[in-house]
Amino acid sequence: MTTFMSRNDLFLFLGFTIVVLAMPIWLAPFGAGYPDLLQRFMIFGIFAVGFNILFGLTGYLSFGHAAFFGVGSYAAVWSFKLLTLDAIPAMIFAVLISGLFALIIGFLCLRRSGIYFSILTLAFAQMSYNLAYSVLTPITNGETGLQLTLADPRVLDAAVGQTFVGQPVPTLLGQQLGGYAGFYFCAGFLILAFFIAQRIAGSPFGMMLKAIKSNQTRMQFTGFNTRPYALSAFVISGMYAGLAGALLAVTDPLAGAERMQWTASGEVVLMTILGGVGTLVGPVIGAWIIKYFENILSALNDNILARFWSFLPEGVADVVVKITSKFVGDGWHLTLGLAFVIVVIFLPGGIMEGVRRIAAAFRRSGSSSAKPSARTQPAE
Amino acid sequence: MFEVIFLQFLNGLDKGAAYALIALGLTLVFGTLGVVNFAHGALFMLGAFCAVTVRMFLTMETVTIDPEKLSPWGAPLEVREPLVQAWLGDFGAVLVNYSVPLSILITIPIMLLVGIGLERGIIKHFYKRTHAEQILVTFGLAIVAQEVIKSVFGPNPIPQPMPTDLRGAADIGAWLGMQANVITYPVWRLIYFLFAGVVIGGVFAFLQFTTFGMVVRAGMADRETVGLLGINIDRRFTIMFGLAAVVAGMAGVMYTPLLPPNYHLGMDFLVLSFVVVVVGGMGSLPGAVAAGFLLGILQSFASMNQVKAIFPGIDQIIIYLVAVIILLVRPRGLMGRRGVMEA
Repeated sequence: MTTFMSRNDLFLFLGFTIVVLAMPIWLAPFGAGYPDLLQRFMIFGIFAVGFNILFGLTGYLSFGHAAFFGVGSYAAVWSFKLLTLDAIPAMIFAVLISGLFALIIGFLCLRRSGIYFSILTLAFAQMSYNLAYSVLTPITNGETGLQLTLADPRVLDAAVGQTFVGQPVPTLLGQQLGGYAGFYFCAGFLILAFFIAQRIAGSPFGMMLKAIKSNQTRMQFTGFNTRPYALSAFVISGMYAGLAGALLAVTDPLAGAERMQWTASGEVVLMTILGGVGTLVGPVIGAWIIKYFENILSALNDNILARFWSFLPEGVADVVVKITSKFVGDGWHLTLGLAFVIVVIFLPGGIMEGVRRIAAAFRRSGSSSAKPSARTQPAE
Repeated sequence: MFEVIFLQFLNGLDKGAAYALIALGLTLVFGTLGVVNFAHGALFMLGAFCAVTVRMFLTMETVTIDPEKLSPWGAPLEVREPLVQAWLGDFGAVLVNYSVPLSILITIPIMLLVGIGLERGIIKHFYKRTHAEQILVTFGLAIVAQEVIKSVFGPNPIPQPMPTDLRGAADIGAWLGMQANVITYPVWRLIYFLFAGVVIGGVFAFLQFTTFGMVVRAGMADRETVGLLGINIDRRFTIMFGLAAVVAGMAGVMYTPLLPPNYHLGMDFLVLSFVVVVVGGMGSLPGAVAAGFLLGILQSFASMNQVKAIFPGIDQIIIYLVAVIILLVRPRGLMGRRGVMEA
């Protein structure tokens, strides 16, 4: 078992685990140390890690991943309604259903690549979204959203004679999953998800996926049928999305169709790109940053801004407050869009590439003998 | 039965015209610059908000409180005096009435500048990058445009009245010698359709019959050779991007009376128009126009009650369904050239 993980991988994994588990402590000074937000960090971290398995490794840009997220949510809520309020069956159920869903959609979409693939996934996601709003209302409960009620059958719970008083909430082995319990539940899954992603990226299978990204045609010439590999990646990443959706349903058992809209798919693309596509940690960091700033910036209002800028002279402060107020509160998406455009233009590798560049700059100034890396481009 | 089908056909035309106009611009950009422009829907929306802005300026008014008279609620009567009417008299009233079509005059230069600025400022740096990165940067730009509009004009739709003379319905059935009052069609939709026809015809004529258009077509076929002949093809392509923006903007202006514009108008139309482009065939201008009308009409038929009774929910997904089938069966689309983006 010595070669099970390289030392670097092991350190990365342990470091990641510690950072995640200690989040309630080190995020407290930033005003983010409360369970509701931390749960979202975990959930969207999983979503982004899974998206990166597809986009980061194989280079297929899906604009429809929110569909799997939504399917996972619906499946989990149905499990709560029909089977039991326990979270574990719901998670299994959700991952299986979304995996199946991803298998069907992936089988069709992966017949094309590039922009056509993006549009196919987009088309399927929009179809799911529109259907969830219209004819599938018996399953999705349309605009109201699917929610738990006391009258749900809950066959397994009824079989063991468990009854509830008041609003049903998801549990884990009889324990309620609110607050920090919910956070650690989600954190466990994020760590597991990260671990699996790390194993995939380092495995021969992961190498195949990366080879698909760099030159699919050459792969085919050497005799590989690339489609099963790409399809596996698609299904795995769909299952990740379903897992994330199910976790969201566990922490907040109300599944609505807007989780499937293509702007939600766009959000996970933003997270992955912002953090650093193709890296392991990048997408998670991207998800955390977007969720953090969404939470912080959208809560700011003119009064807080006026206090913040109060050190400026009277007239100047008013102008500055007026300008900055456009970028916070409801306008926080403007900040996000601008940040995203800037990252795509100047830093295509996202935050991780920024970190790497800064580290490289330090290293170079440390040892003056280091020469600029002479990169040669292979002739195509 | 014939009347019903004909009516649905007509109903599909105006939406189809909007799809066709947006898809035409998208295809122009893709065919010349090879860029997949996710910000094209945003250009449509910007055009619509040009109309909103023009109307805002035209309807500016002075409010004076008349202490002599009282309103029915007992408060002092507010006398509202539209500035344009005060300055220009009846002509001002006509201006306000026709604000939507008039906005086109202002939209054309604005959208041309926006388009050229966008291409020179950002998009030109992305020619050498992958399609995925082009999608990402234009998607980001679309978000920025949408949020800017939201912070300026607010989140609610802003209805734009159509000129009073052009309200009401045209009795098309009677024109065609059928029974009166069976097939009636709103006048403005008819105008939108005709307008789209003129714009599409104009673009095709421009490409077909002018030297500039000839050079652009040559550049679409083989950019390098045209460049080697000493023609500055980049500049012409930039102008084509501006032209595509103008087409999208005009389509947006004229669509405002049909659908009150709000900030996510662009995103709503973007997804559909991409589907239209794919169905028509990437890079094929006639394909984009044909697919636009085709899908508009199909959508209209799918929303008939008789059809919905057989396939519930079909009206919601018909366009995507067609796109999926086309992509899987014939990836170059209806009229795409063999070998162009046929992966």
